Amino acid sequence: MNATLSELWPYLLLILVGFLPNEVWRVLGLVLARGLNDDSEIVVWSRAVATAILAGVIAKLILFSAGALAGIPLAIRVTAAVCGFTVFLAVKRSVFAGVLAGEAVLLLGGFLFAH
Amino acid sequence: MSAPAPHSSTAAVFFAGVKSALTSVFFLVLAGTYIGMGALAHDYGFSSWWLALSSVLVWAAPGQVILISSLGLGAPPIEGAIAVSLSAIRLFPMVVALLPLLRGPHTRTRDLLLPTHFTSVSMWVESLRLLPAMPRERRLAFCNGLSVGYQSTAVTFGFVGFYLAAGLPPLFAGALLFLTPMSFLISTARNAKVLVDRLALLFGLVIAPVLAHWHVGLDLMWTGLFGGSLAYGFSRLRQAVR
Repeated sequence: MNATLSELWPYLLLILVGFLPNEVWRVLGLVLARGLNDDSEIVVWSRAVATAILAGVIAKLILFSAGALAGIPLAIRVTAAVCGFTVFLAVKRSVFAGVLAGEAVLLLGGFLFAH
Repeated sequence: MSAPAPHSSTAAVFFAGVKSALTSVFFLVLAGTYIGMGALAHDYGFSSWWLALSSVLVWAAPGQVILISSLGLGAPPIEGAIAVSLSAIRLFPMVVALLPLLRGPHTRTRDLLLPTHFTSVSMWVESLRLLPAMPRERRLAFCNGLSVGYQSTAVTFGFVGFYLAAGLPPLFAGALLFLTPMSFLISTARNAKVLVDRLALLFGLVIAPVLAHWHVGLDLMWTGLFGGSLAYGFSRLRQAVR
C-alpha cells in the first residue's frame, strides 16, 4: 500500500463503515415511510433492537475497556456505573447528576485503589 | 428562548435555532459525550480531523462509538458496518416522525435532505418539543439552526476531548473515556419510557458481555436481534395477558 492510500484509508473506512451504513436508515425514512406511524409494530421492534445494541455497546465499553480506562480496575468501573445510575434514579431522573456521580466515584476509586 | 418577531428573516430564525441549541440541556450532554468521544478516538489511534469528519458525516454518537471501537480493535470492516447499521435503525422512525412537522405546502423534497441527515436523538427530542408551537414556514430554518448548533458543539468538544486525552494523567484520561458509557447508559434509560425499551436496555446490557466473553462473532448484531426481539416478545405477551 503506497503512502497516499494508507493516509486516505481511514477516511475511506469512515465513508464505507460509518457514513453509508448509518445514513441509509435516514434516507429510507425520507423516501419510504411517509405513511408509517411512530407506534406501528415494526417501528416498536426496531427501536427495541436499536436499544439493545446500544446497551450492548455500553456494557462492553465498561466491562472490556480499552485505553486509559483499562487502567482503572473492573470493580471500580462497575461500581461507578451502578452509583451513577442510582443517583440518576434518585435525583429526579437527572442525567447531569447521574453522570457527575458516576465520574466522582470512578475518580475517587481510581485515586484510592489503582496503582 | 424568546420567539422571533413576526416578520423575521430566515437567517434570524436560523440563529434562533442555534441559540436554542446552545442553551438547552443537550448542550451539556453533547459536550460530555463528545469529550469522551475525543478521548476514545485518541486512544484508538484516529486523528482529530478524522473524528471531526465522522461527527459531521455519521452524526450519531452510538454509531461513532461502534465505528471507532470496531475499527480501532481491528475488527473486519464488514462486521463494523453491520453493527453501525443496526445501531442506526432507530434513526428511521425518528425521520418518519419528524419530517411531517417540517413539511409545508411549498416544501420541496430537497429542502428536507438536510434535516434528514441532521436527525439524531438530541435534535429530534428538541424539535418535537419546540416545533409544534411554531408557524410552519419557520420550522425548517429553526430546525437547521438547532442542528448546526448541536453539530458545532459536538465537533468542538470532540477536539477538546482529543487533546485533553493526549495530555492528561491516566486517571483523568480514564474518567473522560468513562463519560461515553456513563452518559449513554443514563440518557438511554431516561428515554426508555415504555416496558419494551426498558427490557431491551436490560437484555442488551446482559447479553452483549456474555457473547463477547464467549467470543461469538457479530456479538452486537446478535445482542440487538436477540435482546430486542425478546424484549418485544415479553411486552407483547404482557399486553395480551392484561
